[in-house]
Amino acid sequence: MRLRGAFVVSAVVAAILAAPSARAQEKLEIFSWWAGDEGPALQALIDKYSALYPNIQAINSTVTGGSGVNARAVLKTRMLGGDPPDSFQVHAGQELIATWVVAGRMEDLSGLFKSEGWTAKFPPGLISLLSTKSGTWSVPVNIHRSNVMWYVPARLREWGVSPPKTWDEFLATCETLKGKGVKSPLALGENWTQNHLWESVALGVLGPDDWSALWSGKLKFTDPKVVKAWETFGKVLACSNPDASGLSWQQAVDRMLKGDAAFNVMGDWAAGYMATTLKLVPGEGFGYAPSPSTSGVFMMLSDSFGLPKGAKHREAALKWLKLLGSKEGQDIFNPLKGSIAARLDSDLGKYNAYLQSAAKDWKSNKIVGSLVHGAVAPEAFGSQFGTVMEIYLAGKNAKAAASAAQAIADQVRLGR
Amino acid sequence: MSAGRARPSWRWAMYACLALAAGLFLMPVYMMLLTALKEPAAIGLDTAWQLPRTWNWASFARAWTSFLPKLQNSLVLTVAASGASAMLGSLNGYVFAKWPFPGSRIVFAFILFGMFIPYQAILIPLFGFVKSIGLYGSIWGLVLVHTVYGLPITTLIFRNYYVDIPDSLIESSALEGAGFFTIYWKVVFPLSLPGFVVVIIWQFTQIWNEFLFAVTLSNPQSQPITVALAQLAGGEAVKWNLPMAGALLAALPTLLIYVVFGRYFVRGLLAGSVKG
Amino acid sequence: MRWRRHTNQIIGFLVLLPSMALVGVFVYSFIGRTLYASLTDWGQDPAQALALNPITRFIGLDNYRQLFTGVIDARFRQDLVSTVFFTAFFLAGCLLVGLLLAILIDHKPRGEGFFRGVFLFPFALSFVVTGTIWRWLLQPGGGVNQLPTMVGLPAGSFAWLTSKQQVWRFDWNALPAMLAWAAALSLAALALSALRSRRRGRAAAAAAGAVLAAGWALLAGPAAAPLPFPELHGFNLAFVGIVVAAVWQMAGYTMALYLAGLSGVPEEIREAAVVEGASEWQLYTRVILPLLAPITLSAMIVLGHISLKIFDLVFAMAGPDNAYTDVPALLMYITTFRGNQFAKGAAIGVILLLLVAVIVVPYLRSQLKEGVHE
Repeated sequence: MRLRGAFVVSAVVAAILAAPSARAQEKLEIFSWWAGDEGPALQALIDKYSALYPNIQAINSTVTGGSGVNARAVLKTRMLGGDPPDSFQVHAGQELIATWVVAGRMEDLSGLFKSEGWTAKFPPGLISLLSTKSGTWSVPVNIHRSNVMWYVPARLREWGVSPPKTWDEFLATCETLKGKGVKSPLALGENWTQNHLWESVALGVLGPDDWSALWSGKLKFTDPKVVKAWETFGKVLACSNPDASGLSWQQAVDRMLKGDAAFNVMGDWAAGYMATTLKLVPGEGFGYAPSPSTSGVFMMLSDSFGLPKGAKHREAALKWLKLLGSKEGQDIFNPLKGSIAARLDSDLGKYNAYLQSAAKDWKSNKIVGSLVHGAVAPEAFGSQFGTVMEIYLAGKNAKAAASAAQAIADQVRLGR
Repeated sequence: MSAGRARPSWRWAMYACLALAAGLFLMPVYMMLLTALKEPAAIGLDTAWQLPRTWNWASFARAWTSFLPKLQNSLVLTVAASGASAMLGSLNGYVFAKWPFPGSRIVFAFILFGMFIPYQAILIPLFGFVKSIGLYGSIWGLVLVHTVYGLPITTLIFRNYYVDIPDSLIESSALEGAGFFTIYWKVVFPLSLPGFVVVIIWQFTQIWNEFLFAVTLSNPQSQPITVALAQLAGGEAVKWNLPMAGALLAALPTLLIYVVFGRYFVRGLLAGSVKG
Repeated sequence: MRWRRHTNQIIGFLVLLPSMALVGVFVYSFIGRTLYASLTDWGQDPAQALALNPITRFIGLDNYRQLFTGVIDARFRQDLVSTVFFTAFFLAGCLLVGLLLAILIDHKPRGEGFFRGVFLFPFALSFVVTGTIWRWLLQPGGGVNQLPTMVGLPAGSFAWLTSKQQVWRFDWNALPAMLAWAAALSLAALALSALRSRRRGRAAAAAAGAVLAAGWALLAGPAAAPLPFPELHGFNLAFVGIVVAAVWQMAGYTMALYLAGLSGVPEEIREAAVVEGASEWQLYTRVILPLLAPITLSAMIVLGHISLKIFDLVFAMAGPDNAYTDVPALLMYITTFRGNQFAKGAAIGVILLLLVAVIVVPYLRSQLKEGVHE
């Protein structure tokens, strides 16, 4: 009996060990959190890269989890462990600068920007977001908009409501919808999507100038205006589904599409999900509007790729970055991803109706940066903002949440 | 024992209880197999318990191909670390059981305490250390870590096992002039086979199933199966057939050992909690 | 011969040296370094947090002060409360189910081996596998909630892992007073028992202590609020599902421990009890359970330290990002490797270590002492 058992075990061992392993050749490891529905856009870029450089094996290391919450922890251990990927996805702005640039772990890319002539191709405001006094740190691939409200036009007509323009209107609409049997008019997902909702509410309540003042340290979180944003957020939250924390953002979008909810506030990668994955027509299958009280304001975030010091395949990584910044690369990636190109000269004919309207807004609106997606706040603030949210949710005490946010801002030296 | 004393009506109640409990314990396994065998499109929350209309074996094939490198990592890690910690533990146990020196009890307690520490309390320096010796992201870093943190339990099990070897055996062979290592090799080691089986099975199960070290010290190339599974299932918008098939693959080696070597498995489990 | 024995002891010591060195470095020196890191500001300055050679400042116990009384670390305090509740339910569940199963199997049913195998197999799985399976089983609209529909009942609607409900809530600010009352009560009990055994001096000291603690609780307690706002903590219902999965995995282990204990109960004792007319119930409650007390203690220690360290199960079941199912072991990982707050992460690690040590060290000591008498 025992002998037979040992035989079975060793047979299994042999079977596993005998499987072939990959041959070594020149490689490029790309680290990102784009999986599932966001995967095809990245894959299209990688395919292009492989076509350009057939000798380089491009490895796609993806750690799933929306908005990169899981990926950033994995990236951190790898960077700290001295095993950086060759190039990694990071939100443009403070998420990269206040985390890795200040720690001296990134290579300056301003040479690349000059040699590729990118300084004139990207909007100056975006480049200054990517740069510090001592250099430019990542190549932006796209622009996303954070403050968008999604709905299904036909459903709204059925219910006899129109997309609310202000948060007060939203709350009134919410009551109307509840009266018509829509239990939770706003579809909400796991924790970071709640923070995402907060930034849209806060932007609406504060307006673009006060929002920016918050991040330069000129406006305190304990200011009555910010406290009011928390109070409004609490009322908006009462319109959302109670099982939110178990849903991914896609599942929250699904709720809205199925008619279990009327609205969803999510970045415009949701348009990519609905148009590319679900094959819905923008404007018919799904409708969009700036989130309440934010029309004329574009809260932006940008995915970018940087080059860590000590990358094992530096040359391959530079080739990758060149592809990302090129017009061709951006126009391959963005229509699939559901975002607009960061370059000003992209070919709008390749983009769908939603993206064309976003591109128009990008050029005409007032631009502010996103908190949750790393543009305006250092990661140390962003990752602890979840705690502020929990404090708020636990006691629904706007003042307690505001003072916790200020405590974190002081601790991470926000705006200094 | 008390068999036969129970009245027949009680025996029926007993069987009912046992059957109910067995049903509850097996329910998750049933669900795992059921879900793994469904077409992705046929998996829905409200139809979770229905049998699939068409059996879909492809999930296993897909899980196998995507998990194979991770299974290899786990296997190399587990075999190497179990073997190394068992060997060291056996020698340590031999010393503690047969050649106790003044203060050896304190040394024993000193080593034993390492078994209980929450690894979060050493994670940050451990990370720095593994990095500084250049083993971060390599499977051998994990082998080292599991070998060291396996020492307390392997030492404990072997010590308790060797205490039962009669001292007279050791003494008579010492009288014949055998030294420390000769006695170990000629007398103790040949009697150790069951001890090694117990220890290796225990370590194999523990290391195969471990997650915290794996998630902090490995990179995608050296990732053990537990990390890969957690990432697959933790991703968003997952279709559950793949994680379930993956869960089965990840569970299979330890389950197999449990089925084949159940007796030794239980002995390891008892040794881990009842001290000498 | 004696000389020989000494030589072998010395060789033995040398053989142990590598292991002692490894454990010394990997356990004790690392604990020391964690302890030191927890007393610094490593992570507060973003420029130093992730630098190759971070420059840190010694700031004493400030990280601990923040964890227990800082406004931002509410999550840690809730996690502590959650761990206490989780440990209580997990222990109770494993011990009860394990004992019940052991007694059933002790009756030698037909198919004993089969049943034993079924109850014990989850122990061979990893927490990640268990977590993955149960995550699917506990989806709000499916799995377990759909079970009642099989017998024609309406589907359950409990939001297993996503519930935000909290019961048995209390204000963290009331904790100092609550602890003082607890101290007063236990001192009073001590005084009473000392009085009964006529140890006047001790009784008087304990009584004085009790009065002091009660007085402090009454007078200074309400003012000793560590936080500027009331902060409610309690038992998160989202943990119910995690307790169920954890008991599923570990109840068989407790059963195996109890079975080993039951097989050690001499047949004569059982027979003697039966001869004296004890019923089955009395046999178990009066005779066998007291004999199993040491096993219960062992099981409690082992399960208790597993429960304090629980990390992977929660990670796999509810994700690392769900505050309602968070535990300190998980928070340490997130604080360190996501929030870059290395010093604070280290402090959480140290607190975990202390919690485990409170349970384990006395147990280890008693176990090793027993060994001396053998």
